[in-house]
Amino acid sequence: MSETVIPNDRPSRWSRMWNSNMGYSFRRNPVAVVSMIVFLMIAFAAFLAPVIAPYDPYDPANIDIMNSEYPPIWVDGALPEFMLGTDDQGRDLWSTILYGTRLSLLIGICAVALQAFLGISIGLIAGYVGGRLDSLLMRLADIQLSFSTLMVAIIFLAVTQAMFGSDTFNRYAVVFLIAVIGVAEWPQYARTVRATVLAEKKKEYVDSARVLGFGPLRIMVRHILPNSLSPIFVISTVQVANAIISEASLSFLGLGMPPSQPSLGSLISSGFDYIFSGSWWITAIPGVVLVVLVLVINLLGDWMRDVLNPKLYKG
Amino acid sequence: MSLLSVRDLTVKFAMRDQTVTALNGISFDLAKGERLGIVGESGAGKSITGFSLMNLLSRPGYIDSGKIEFEGEDVVKMSDKRLRDLRGNRMAMIFQDPMVTLNPVLTIGQQMIETLMAHRKLSREEARQIAIVKLREVYIPSPEERLEQYPHELSGGMRQRIIIAIALLLDPQLIIADEPTTALDVTIQADIMELLLELCQSNQVGLILITHDLGVVSQMTERTLVMYAGRIIEQGRTREIINDPQHPYTQGLINALPQQTVPGQRLKQIPGNMPGLASIPTGCAFHPRCKYATDLCRSQIPEVVQYGDLKVACHEVQRLQADEDRQEVRA
Repeated sequence: MSETVIPNDRPSRWSRMWNSNMGYSFRRNPVAVVSMIVFLMIAFAAFLAPVIAPYDPYDPANIDIMNSEYPPIWVDGALPEFMLGTDDQGRDLWSTILYGTRLSLLIGICAVALQAFLGISIGLIAGYVGGRLDSLLMRLADIQLSFSTLMVAIIFLAVTQAMFGSDTFNRYAVVFLIAVIGVAEWPQYARTVRATVLAEKKKEYVDSARVLGFGPLRIMVRHILPNSLSPIFVISTVQVANAIISEASLSFLGLGMPPSQPSLGSLISSGFDYIFSGSWWITAIPGVVLVVLVLVINLLGDWMRDVLNPKLYKG
Repeated sequence: MSLLSVRDLTVKFAMRDQTVTALNGISFDLAKGERLGIVGESGAGKSITGFSLMNLLSRPGYIDSGKIEFEGEDVVKMSDKRLRDLRGNRMAMIFQDPMVTLNPVLTIGQQMIETLMAHRKLSREEARQIAIVKLREVYIPSPEERLEQYPHELSGGMRQRIIIAIALLLDPQLIIADEPTTALDVTIQADIMELLLELCQSNQVGLILITHDLGVVSQMTERTLVMYAGRIIEQGRTREIINDPQHPYTQGLINALPQQTVPGQRLKQIPGNMPGLASIPTGCAFHPRCKYATDLCRSQIPEVVQYGDLKVACHEVQRLQADEDRQEVRA
């Protein structure tokens, strides 16, 4: 047999990604491109908030109550230094939105990471082991799903708030929010992962891994999980959007981030009291940011589902 | 001492409303370095035999009774830990379709190195070197670069070579090949079979070749089992089984080969289909399709009898043989 020479310059990871099926469909889909750009802009602005924001909204020394409720610059009676106006406490709205978006994204992503960790572990075990354990875990998931996320979160947060007192609660609000949103939504992951594992488990590469003497843990984590990633990606995007909304709803209800460290939700909530006194921007502008953020994440999720679902793709 | 000795192996499947018997009292031996063929129609229990040997049956299948002694140790009674050591290390298996047997998201190198490191205390680099040597043994050109490639970048024949290399990685005593070339095209089939034969002979590895291709069996193996509806109906040296089969079913299989027919003639197929496991006929399971069947065949399961060099499970062997002799004399 003759030795064939294979060129050694394999394309870099980035160019392989760009030229892949997914990269191609991304470039061909204007909605996905625009959504991605908007999402990246929001994400960058949010995570670079301390650099970009002209004021630090968490520093009481920066805030002057006399500056409260200035409108955005395109409305009469605005001050030029407050681009989007100020809120009821005299904080620069633009800076507060940047910091608030950062919090919302942080909570959304961390909560989804927690959901994913719980859901993927439980789903893998349920799907791979099967039998009684599978039934037990899935019934647990059903029970969890039959309570609405918000209901669980409201009860949990209200109880913790009462238990620890407002001060402690406010200090650790981020952690509580991540925990409660993370724990409340794990069944979404567990169900999807279990379904994929059931399909993957029957494939021959799993048999051949068993024939090679690999243990169940190694087969689950190293062989089945990497083959089940595409649905996980798809629900992750949707779940991030959902978690951001859950966080905003809880904060709006006063069970989330305190007004001193506002997320988008608590900002909307605090502005709501002033909406009839004419200061619509305190609610409207963070509201628009929230809607745009959730919308682009959902659009990206839709696009990803279309690409990764082989049934839609071939049809 | 034989490498593998199977005694009265019975495998059952617990279905919703009944328990069906997939293997019924299978017994055979395999010497070290010996090559054995298992033939039969689809559903005869060939692949189940292969899986049982590794104790890999998954629900609803289970080993009901019997012994599988491999190197003097009963596989049926092994702990999970011993079984993991057995699989891959001392016994390896090659599957039918190379397109789906390799994990699609791991590179060839990752899969080979992982296998080695799971069973032996080796550094990554040592494992890589062994992988390269094994890939050379199966005539893979430029193995260093193949290690970096994913299964989808390789052709079917190439993948089956790699699967053979993975099976040989840990120098097992026995390879079970379950229709290793069915999914490949004909020219590559011959290559792969030749390679498998060469490797088994040079390394003194035992081979159990599961197939329905009698031509392949005659080239590759020293002994053959013929299975029908979960039982071994005939076993013996491959040459005898091919040249002078005793059981009417084996005779039918050989007569059905296209080579036995003049072009333009219909193929001489065995009438009817193999019964499903849930509805195995009474007596000899083959009797509804057998032209020699008598009342005895319909009522009583035939014992295995030694006939010449073959072990045959048929009531009518002796009468048939006598008839044949008479015909020969007349001719």
